[in-house]
Amino acid sequence: MTAAPTAAPNNTPLLEARALSFHRQEEPVFAALDFRLCEGELALIEGDNGSGKTTLMRILAGLLHVDEGELYWRGEPLLQRDRCIGEILFLGHQLGLKADLSPSENLRISLGLHGCREQVSIASALAEIGLSGYEDESVRRLSAGQKKRVALARLLLLPATLWLLDEPYANLDRTGIALVNRLLENHLACGGAALVASHGTVSFHGGEPQRIRMHA
Amino acid sequence: MNPPGLTTACAAMLRRDLTLAWRRRGDIAMPVLYALIVTMLFPFALGPEDTLLQRIAGGVVLVTVLLAMLLALDAMFSSDIEDGSLEQLVLAPQPLALMLAMKILAHWLTTALPLIVIAPLLAGMLHLPTAVMPVLVLALLLSTPMLSLLGAILVALTAGTRRSGMLLALMLLPLCVPVVIFAAGAVAASQQGLPWLTPIAWLGAALVLLLVLAPLACAAALRIALDA
Repeated sequence: MTAAPTAAPNNTPLLEARALSFHRQEEPVFAALDFRLCEGELALIEGDNGSGKTTLMRILAGLLHVDEGELYWRGEPLLQRDRCIGEILFLGHQLGLKADLSPSENLRISLGLHGCREQVSIASALAEIGLSGYEDESVRRLSAGQKKRVALARLLLLPATLWLLDEPYANLDRTGIALVNRLLENHLACGGAALVASHGTVSFHGGEPQRIRMHA
Repeated sequence: MNPPGLTTACAAMLRRDLTLAWRRRGDIAMPVLYALIVTMLFPFALGPEDTLLQRIAGGVVLVTVLLAMLLALDAMFSSDIEDGSLEQLVLAPQPLALMLAMKILAHWLTTALPLIVIAPLLAGMLHLPTAVMPVLVLALLLSTPMLSLLGAILVALTAGTRRSGMLLALMLLPLCVPVVIFAAGAVAASQQGLPWLTPIAWLGAALVLLLVLAPLACAAALRIALDA
């Protein structure tokens, strides 16, 4: 038997940002941001309105190009997106749901594009997020909170390591907020990682999360 | 982790867009009715003279179909950009160009195909000889996908701009000139009993080129549209 590689994979952060900065038309949105996120960790992105939380999320998801600074995925420079493709799940303000389709039809498209975790089905995911009985209702008729829950069902179904959640608590009621926290705790327990941008106070039971402070 | 294969992903996209189009069936009928009415206006404006109508029939049908397609083109990506579906599509572990090609195919199936089906009726209203109909339909089968593909590039480029509808028409119509020339040329040649295969072959060659390049251009343009 050959010796195991010395670099223990657990010590390599899943995602690392070094001196990340972003400008919009010469105006700095944020500057010199550093953070490391390992598997099983949660990071909260905090900041006032307009401090660049959503911009940061969109950069990490790969929707925006970074101006300066470097991003590393599992220790490798993240220049080409194919290195982490399919491992990042982004849930933004726009939920990406088709209003004319039902929740299960919407989720079936996501599964067709991303694939499905083992031992979950659309029916079980919808039941867990509290939407059983609404499977075949068109999304147009659902309330804002229910739409949000449909989008959250993606977290249960899609096989992603890193969750980027932009305001996951918006529009949700008390049980919905508890649901998001439960989903996060299960995900971290299974070795996943998550970045959460939120204004609301996040009550998280799985240890003290890392905090990333954004300055305008 | 294994993302699903290309076939599964393509089928999911195609099925999604066709289901969405079926839920809004009224929108499919709109270009068809538009083409019917526009074609009907020509005999009123020019008089019911057989020889004149016969001579212009091929060109009128082609231009009418082009304008009817232009009506529906604007909506190709706009709803996906508004509700965030496009972001999810860009982030999916699938080649974006191929997924967009499926969207363009669905769009062609739901807007151009109904127009091709009624094209013989439109041409009949203008007394186009029955013998020329197959050439007309063939010319449409080759030229309408080109309009969809060219249109998709421009829709992607103008995505996110206001008043994109008029801008789209101003940009697309000049690009359609060669398509109209070759398609109408084939119909005219067949009407005069001349060989019509050459313009059809040119259309086919251009279609193949666009089939390869247009989805890639669309993908690049939409990535830029999201990166703003």
